[in-house]
Amino acid sequence: MIEIRNITKSFGDKLVLSEVSGVFEKGKPNLIIGASGTGKSVLLKCIVGLIKPDHGQVFYDGRDFYESDRDTKTEVRREMGMLFQGGALFDSKTVEENVRFPLDVLTRMSRSEKMERVNFCLKRVGLENANKKMPSEISGGMKKRVGIARAIVNKPNYLFCDEPNSGLDPQTSILIDELIQDISEDLDITTIVVTHDMNSVMGIGEKIMFIYKGQNVWVGNNKDITHSGVKELDDFVFANKVMNSLRENNA
Amino acid sequence: MHSFNASMIKEIGKYFIFLGNLFINRETFKTYYKLILDECLSIGLGSLFLVALVSTFMGAVTTVQTAYNMVSDFIPNYVISQVVREMIVLELAPTIIAVIYAGKVGSSMAGGLGTMRITEQIDALEVMGINSISYLVLPKIVASILMYPLLVIIAGVCGMLGGYLAGTLTGIITPNDYVYGLRSSYNEFTVIFALIKSVVFAFLVASISSYRGYYTQGGALEVGVSTTQAVTTSVIAVLIADYLLAQLLLAK
Ligand SMILES: Nc1ncnc2c1ncn2[C@@H]1O[C@H](COP(=O)(O)OP(=O)(O)OP(=O)(O)O)[C@@H](O)[C@H]1O
Ligand SMILES: [Mg+2]
Repeated sequence: MIEIRNITKSFGDKLVLSEVSGVFEKGKPNLIIGASGTGKSVLLKCIVGLIKPDHGQVFYDGRDFYESDRDTKTEVRREMGMLFQGGALFDSKTVEENVRFPLDVLTRMSRSEKMERVNFCLKRVGLENANKKMPSEISGGMKKRVGIARAIVNKPNYLFCDEPNSGLDPQTSILIDELIQDISEDLDITTIVVTHDMNSVMGIGEKIMFIYKGQNVWVGNNKDITHSGVKELDDFVFANKVMNSLRENNA
Repeated sequence: MHSFNASMIKEIGKYFIFLGNLFINRETFKTYYKLILDECLSIGLGSLFLVALVSTFMGAVTTVQTAYNMVSDFIPNYVISQVVREMIVLELAPTIIAVIYAGKVGSSMAGGLGTMRITEQIDALEVMGINSISYLVLPKIVASILMYPLLVIIAGVCGMLGGYLAGTLTGIITPNDYVYGLRSSYNEFTVIFALIKSVVFAFLVASISSYRGYYTQGGALEVGVSTTQAVTTSVIAVLIADYLLAQLLLAK
């Protein structure tokens, strides 16, 4: 479980996040949604410690991340896996080396143990035959899969995904979403997914936090989201004309 | 002017903090050993040809010009190669090659790190709990310090060889005179001084270029900007250090 309290961040005099609090639960994907530019990525980076918030706290199962000493921070970090928007694969390494990388630098596993784990993770994301390919030789969807495999290879307790399905076709998006959901349940880990994709919201939105202009405006799930009564959220959910006309017909 | 100074001091402060971070290591020696070896290979192989080419021509041109400037019959011919040796060892090999080195190796370090930054590869390392500065930059600096003096030695040899070829083929100086000049009144301190300079320049080019690349912000365009800045800043730092070292070690 991850809990955040009063996360506030400005760049210069531009306030991006203002007093955002919330809880992200274990064993399921927790979605952070909102329009472009509302501060979702900044929030995620504040949670994982890539951007230091101006004030606010982040607790990893009770451990106060920003108050910890360096060793505890490193320990918490080594329990994290993160999928970046563009995959962030190391482009001088093959797919296999990318996935093996966290094991190489963070563990003392033997070579055969590592290979077993790497192959298991690649299989888990449906990429059995790409071991020796370079990142430049594979498609965007495959990069995301490799990114997921790398994120889960060291058995994380916390998984973070920034827009896992941006730039993917709807079918592949759904596959990636389901993969993230399955992994969160199977491994019983706390997963946070940043997205602005309504398909993901409806598909895997068991727990949703809606950010509007740097504030946490609404928390709920995909069943409640269509009748939240929050105007900003309705604007976001029913931005699509087809969705909107469905709503009006229902009413 | 005031704000220029302030931002300059801030930048230098940030650079020193960056250097401090190099020594917060979390990875095993074996990890670093492999990384350093890789960097050594890419630095050495990547710049060997250019360094050899430039220094051979530098030696040749220096020989021809020295001969041209010595019109007096009272000066023996072997002085030509003596002058060539001193110029190459003291200044041309370590300093001029450092400028080439900054253009070739420094720019590729800055470009590589800049690309890793904008594609979030550096963030990926940080999230894994790896100190990205020491993991990515320390091997580059160590490899640079190991390889650049070697390149300078090669440049020195190539330079004298170039001088030999130019001098003897054009009949300016006989082979015997040239070799005699190279060996006469040799002071080993000049070589030591050249190697001290090489180590300092190697450190400056690698650390400044890495610093520029590491703190790239934005997109592909900014990577290009960091790369050119890396070369400019490295070259300026090398020239300043060259002057200071000469003051420090050669002033009587
Ligand atoms: N390093 C930074 N320096 C200055 N401003 C920044 C920085 N990072 C983000 N911002 C600003 O913070 C705001 C929120 O950005 P953020 O990337 O979090 O948006 P987002 O919600 O993730 O949008 P998207 O859905 O398009 O990814 C933007 O206005 C952006 O310009
Ligand atoms: Mg974003």
